[in-house]
Amino acid sequence: MTSLIRRAFAVAVIAITALCAQPSLAADTIKIGYIDPFSGAFAQGGDASLKMFQFIIDYINDKGGALGRKFELVTFDDKLQPAEALIALKSVTDQNLPFVMSCVGSNVGSALIDAVTKYNTRNPDNRLLQLNCGQLATELTNEQCSFWHFRFVGSVEMRAVARIKSLPQSVKSVYLVNQDYLFGQSIEKDTKRFLAQYRPDITIVADEFIPLMQIKDFAPYITKIKASGAQSLLTGNYGPDLNLLIKAGVDSGLNIRYDTYLGHVIGAATAIGAAGDGRLTSVMEDHENVPVEEHNAEAEEFFKRWRATHDFAFIALPSVTQFQMLVRAINQAGSTDAVKVALALEGMEQKDLFGATEIMRKEDHQLLLPYYEAVFTKDVKYDVEKTGLGWKTEAKVPTAEETLPTTCKMKRP
Amino acid sequence: MQIGLISLLDGLVYGMLLFMLASGLTLILSMMGVLNFAHASIYMLGAYFAYQISRWVGFWPALVLAPVLCGLIGAAIEVWGLRRVHHNGHIAELLFTFGLVFIIGRAVQMVWGMLPMPYRVPAGLDFPLFTLYGENFPAYRGFMLLVSAGMLCATWLLLKKTRIGLIIQASLTHPGMVSALGHNVPRVFTIVFAGGSLLAGLAGVIAGNYLTTESGMADAMGPIVFVVVIFGGLGSLAGCFIASILMGMVQTFSVVIDYSFADLLKPLGITLTANDLLGEILTIPVSRIGPLVPYALLILILLFRPRGLLGTRET
Amino acid sequence: MSDAAQSPDVRVLHPAQSRTRSFLIWPWLIALAIAVVLPWLFYDWQHARHAGFVLSMLSQMGMMVIFALSFNMLMGQAGLLSFCHSVLFGFGGYSTVHFLNAAGAGELPVPMELMPLLAGFSGLGLAIVVGYVASKQRSTAFAMITLGIVQLVTTAATMFHHFFGGEGGIKTDREIGISLFGLEYGKSIEVYYLIVAWMMIAAAAMYYHTGTPLGRMANACRDNHERAQFVGYDPRVVRFLQFALSGFFAGIGGGLFAITYEIVTFDAVAAPLAANALLMAYIGGATTFVGPVLGAVLITAMQSGVSLMSNSWLIYVGVLFIAMVTFAPAGLTGIIVAHTPIARAGLLHRLLLPYLRLLVPALLSLFGFVGVVELLSFLTIGAAQGKQLALFGHPLDIAGTTPWLVSLLCLFGGGYWLLREAARFRGVWDNLTAALPRAGAA
Repeated sequence: MTSLIRRAFAVAVIAITALCAQPSLAADTIKIGYIDPFSGAFAQGGDASLKMFQFIIDYINDKGGALGRKFELVTFDDKLQPAEALIALKSVTDQNLPFVMSCVGSNVGSALIDAVTKYNTRNPDNRLLQLNCGQLATELTNEQCSFWHFRFVGSVEMRAVARIKSLPQSVKSVYLVNQDYLFGQSIEKDTKRFLAQYRPDITIVADEFIPLMQIKDFAPYITKIKASGAQSLLTGNYGPDLNLLIKAGVDSGLNIRYDTYLGHVIGAATAIGAAGDGRLTSVMEDHENVPVEEHNAEAEEFFKRWRATHDFAFIALPSVTQFQMLVRAINQAGSTDAVKVALALEGMEQKDLFGATEIMRKEDHQLLLPYYEAVFTKDVKYDVEKTGLGWKTEAKVPTAEETLPTTCKMKRP
Repeated sequence: MQIGLISLLDGLVYGMLLFMLASGLTLILSMMGVLNFAHASIYMLGAYFAYQISRWVGFWPALVLAPVLCGLIGAAIEVWGLRRVHHNGHIAELLFTFGLVFIIGRAVQMVWGMLPMPYRVPAGLDFPLFTLYGENFPAYRGFMLLVSAGMLCATWLLLKKTRIGLIIQASLTHPGMVSALGHNVPRVFTIVFAGGSLLAGLAGVIAGNYLTTESGMADAMGPIVFVVVIFGGLGSLAGCFIASILMGMVQTFSVVIDYSFADLLKPLGITLTANDLLGEILTIPVSRIGPLVPYALLILILLFRPRGLLGTRET
Repeated sequence: MSDAAQSPDVRVLHPAQSRTRSFLIWPWLIALAIAVVLPWLFYDWQHARHAGFVLSMLSQMGMMVIFALSFNMLMGQAGLLSFCHSVLFGFGGYSTVHFLNAAGAGELPVPMELMPLLAGFSGLGLAIVVGYVASKQRSTAFAMITLGIVQLVTTAATMFHHFFGGEGGIKTDREIGISLFGLEYGKSIEVYYLIVAWMMIAAAAMYYHTGTPLGRMANACRDNHERAQFVGYDPRVVRFLQFALSGFFAGIGGGLFAITYEIVTFDAVAAPLAANALLMAYIGGATTFVGPVLGAVLITAMQSGVSLMSNSWLIYVGVLFIAMVTFAPAGLTGIIVAHTPIARAGLLHRLLLPYLRLLVPALLSLFGFVGVVELLSFLTIGAAQGKQLALFGHPLDIAGTTPWLVSLLCLFGGGYWLLREAARFRGVWDNLTAALPRAGAA
């Protein structure tokens, strides 16, 4: 009896899928396929990015879009699995979308670079470009670089430079903790490299890897850290791995600096709260108090408009630059053809929202931009996630110092 | 010595938390044979309910109300769900609870969103209890120990000293006979499932503000709780207790051991590098493979003593 | 487990029919024909190319069919619930990536068509090692051992780089240039036909296996392991052999996975994939050979297709399980098989009208349920993401009461109507089965 329900359900599902799967050539918009996790344990990251991108696209469309056409996002859920991302890519190419974008998960980014390169080689009449809005592993614009891939955020090594250079002179010993996977290992490598280069006076007391998202109780780690006597806990952890680590440290009264790479990412402020006051620092592309510090009224308005409808911080400044560059490139190329747009994008310089010049380097398609190092404190105008505390810049590393050599040997079409 | 003593305390706290979660599951699994995959989801619900209630009324009412809510939900699952499915076999019950995991997980995301909740330790408990070798031991951890110990005592008293406890004990090992003797075994099942869910909810209330309250917390706790339950053995709360403390200690102490198997071979003059798979396995320090150890222990005990440490029945 | 709990298991996975079954070739031929022709139905004539997404989904279905069938060798045939089947699948995949890299570098002169066979052997190898450990126990202890194994291997896969590539996985290029038919396998359609070919071979082999003495003894050990022992077979050896063989076929599936996606990550060994196999086999029907095939096709379509449309697809999957588990534990094929006595008596047409009467309220309550879930989801998550809920292209206003009222009405009204119709249907069904001429006990 209820078998029929199931059968009907299955038929309905497939029918509706077939109906909706037809490419909707509704308005004549420039469509960007956006692949990120929107369900499952990592949905938080994709969700936050999507909201920021909707905001940015509205902003760009209000200014006219490109070639008189507006931008539109077509989202695909990859559940943070490379295989799913590749299936989603097939949908993107089926619908002839000229761009594919992805922000979460360096492993997904790496898989996409491979797949896009293979697709473009095997299908020269329907090429597409890959826009990387948040996959940070340094390898993606070094060993794995590709002509079709453009990264619009700072790589791990760029962040490492900012992180190391902004450590106060008083810090002489650091304890490294990182997550045991591609991204965390990338951070550990680059951290050590730049410590040796810029701060040889600092001793690395210990170098720890923790399994990704598995540890619940960080108290034993805190014990080790305390026993080591390190002055700074230098970590690339994010998510629960960061929040729980800091909570455990604060609870046990550990007197240490928490110098993080991703302490500004969504959810961290809520989880850490007042306990992080004055202790937590992070390196980031932007925070909402920069316009106040740099007396930039237009940027401050931008953030105020965001804050009116969202209760988490806007951290996607380079993504604004991404779209500004994309608009110029498409207008210059006169179409969305992959090769033409790519050639136009390469080497482009663009003034970002704060007035700094950002450059899309030709050799490896890496965006070069300045970094801010900021401390989490009460003493600010705009707070984060309604905690009463926000970010205050301690140091700014200009673009020139962030320009690092690359090992990329790009194969050009 | 310093590290040893502090790790001992930390391991105890973590072990007691595991015990709170695992005890409910042991009761359910031993008595009904149901592998309740949704147990960790109810733990998550307990944390979210506690957060919500503590925002409206305060932490202390939440400590009482949230577990009760979870118990009611457990009872509802048993009466309207598992009872219908019971006659279809154990795999059917397992899949039922499996389906619940998805639904509860998504429902939580829909109601509370995807960000972690700012569920904080209550101000009254947010101070260091004592200082050991310069490290603070937070009062809240002491509170956690207190609640878990109290819960352990209460459960033990209930099972050993009350009539319903006797019936439950009997049903743990011989449900068929108990039913033949005229007791309302289905009702006992419901009580046990509700009780187990209440314990899971209580664990959620306590742990939700100590760890973070977010939609991934069920997936994070689930596997280790199963390991504890099987390791301790079916039908035995004492075994479950020992297993929880053991797992807690193992996980805590493995973190402080930075040696690897290769270090054992160094005095013999053999130096290994991580250049190939075997080298990698042998040079990895114990602190990195800590999370693997419970699963290895589980496999070992199932091979050589399948009824677990103190189990009273064959699994 | 109490003895009382034993019999329900036996009843659900009822033993194979004792009468000899005749081998029918035509279902196989029809299935092959459908598999070959299907991609062409979605061919994009405008751009003169295949629909990539459809090919992806069909390829995924092919792999999952092999995976689910091999899983059912354990669950349906041998009564072994294994949570680590994905480990065998994934290991086949990882090995194949290494084989392909070696072949591409000229060190391994094996043609692409035989790569899945190599993958099968690596799956077999690991299954022998793992199976030796796991088969020492049966029933729940076995399941728990496999649970421990899958967690162990998943964590190990993210840690060790040389074989597993760590969290990023390992990649390969399938255009190795060695082929029995001179194909490059750059195009997805060629890979798809490779998958179809191996799917038929694997399915045929597994079907043949069910009739062999080992296959039959696996059934016997499932039904009554004590009696099997008394008859003279060692259930432990039977379990071990069955596990090893199922690993072989799972490895083949993994090899095809590696060839299709050219990347294998730790998700290919992780527990969610093993859980998928369980779903497919169970929902399709673990008691028949073809059940897992049906389950694999349906679940793959749901996961790829439904998740495109809605982020709440997890809820639908959850509700589907629960509905299946409560009302139809023998799976979809179990339901179909339940109709055979009626069909044989020629009374099937009497069910036509009752089914139609069920269809309308069923669709109505389904529509209502989907509506409520989607509206709720949009209220809290979707609206903040700036999306618009659209029904067949018409945007809906979430804040307004009409969509809510309509959905709730359909859900509860349709649900109540459905319950009444279901009761009536039950009556008709019982009457029909009672009226059937009593054949001898089957």
